[in-house]
Amino acid sequence: MAEITVRVNGTEHSLIVDTRLSLLDLLRERLGLTGSKKGCDHGQCGACTVLIDGRRSNACLALAVTCDGLDVTTVEGLGDGDGGLHPLQAAFIEHDAFQCGYCTPGQLCSAAGMLTEPGPSAVTEDLMEDPPLTPAEIRERMSGNLCRCGAYVNIVTAIEGVRR
Amino acid sequence: MRPFEYARALDGPDAVARFRPGTMYLGGGTNLVDLMRLGVAEPDHLVDVSRLPFDRVEASDGGLRIGAAVRNSDLAAHPLVRERYPMLARALLAGASGQVRNMATVAGNLLQRTRCPYFQDVTKACNKRVPGSGCPAIPGDHRNHAIIGHSEACVAVHPSDMAVALAALEARVHVTGPDGDRVVPIPGLHRLPGTEPHRDTVLEPGELITTVELPSPPAGSSQYRKVRERASFAFALVSVAAVLDVGGDGTVRGCRLALGGVAHVPWRAERAERALLGAPATEEEFVRAADAELDQARPLPRNGYKVPLSRNLIVRTLRELTP
Repeated sequence: MAEITVRVNGTEHSLIVDTRLSLLDLLRERLGLTGSKKGCDHGQCGACTVLIDGRRSNACLALAVTCDGLDVTTVEGLGDGDGGLHPLQAAFIEHDAFQCGYCTPGQLCSAAGMLTEPGPSAVTEDLMEDPPLTPAEIRERMSGNLCRCGAYVNIVTAIEGVRR
Repeated sequence: MRPFEYARALDGPDAVARFRPGTMYLGGGTNLVDLMRLGVAEPDHLVDVSRLPFDRVEASDGGLRIGAAVRNSDLAAHPLVRERYPMLARALLAGASGQVRNMATVAGNLLQRTRCPYFQDVTKACNKRVPGSGCPAIPGDHRNHAIIGHSEACVAVHPSDMAVALAALEARVHVTGPDGDRVVPIPGLHRLPGTEPHRDTVLEPGELITTVELPSPPAGSSQYRKVRERASFAFALVSVAAVLDVGGDGTVRGCRLALGGVAHVPWRAERAERALLGAPATEEEFVRAADAELDQARPLPRNGYKVPLSRNLIVRTLRELTP
């Protein structure tokens, strides 16, 4: 067991946790924040994606004990705090960017983190540029988030809209 | 997951002092936490080294010093890496996903374990996981396994993209440990399986990577190419890190070639490099050099495709790099 303090969506929580507890299980089981989803629990599907200190991360691969003193944002904390949607959330609704919705919280957090990440991707021609987020760039940068409904086309459109 | 004690190290010496039998160092956790969940890794103690002050990328002596705890995404986005070591940036960007690259450390990337399905399945035999238990991959599923340098005990491949680029760049790993500090070159950090496939590297218990040092970039142009089963977020079937320096007379002045996905180590293709030195930079010679390397390949019954795939990838990449 270990004592940790984590700030989640702006609220500080001091907790005693089993060292084996993942950040994902801490969020879902201890804090009742069930927006973040458990898909594969191996870092392969992206359904658990949250922002840790502003960087998108797989919450299933982070032990909660390693997050002591860190700042976590989940899908519940993406909006403006007054019930207003994050522009990505509004765009996902507008563009019908989901079907069952299971991967959506992870897609949203991943996209939110992705939009702040500098530098090229594997599909960028010129490594020295921060390329515009074309559909090809968005697809490559979002490859850590799977969607079994296959809503990819509209997910890309939704993210593209926010970028513009 | 088996219970374990957790401690966060303050600095390198503190981490080493905390090491005792049953201890594992924890970096970004993207491989180790998964292996613990699978029951493949069962440490009694985890010493968290992810927040050690090994988090900088600095120019030095014409080269680069990369802290062991630098995240893969930060290294790929670093202006000095993009400008001076584009092959390394390409290799990093070819690996994993945005989320994983944000978490994974440089040292953890080097020390990640194979993704052989038998290694990752505790209900199966595996000489790497349980020495002496056998290798079901040899009679079984080995489509993604080694074609070169493997043994009767193990046919697993090293999964890293970054390590392939580092092998071609002749990086050196700075290590601290119970018996002091030392420097280990890449290639040389990872070892072939032989009769001890449970040992991935030459590191001794308690040794901790602190820095990866790059010499000044080799002359010529470079590229990292990767072939995989889907366009993104997949391990290499075969990859190549190549540096080619062609003189004004059209002959090869310098060449570095390293292969991923073919061996238990990032495989430096020294035979191909020797065959190319001084030769005309032509497709014919590239084929000859690739064949010189791949003559020593011993593919398994179901991964023979990797031999022509490697040859074609080497030739295509060298052709791209020819002025």
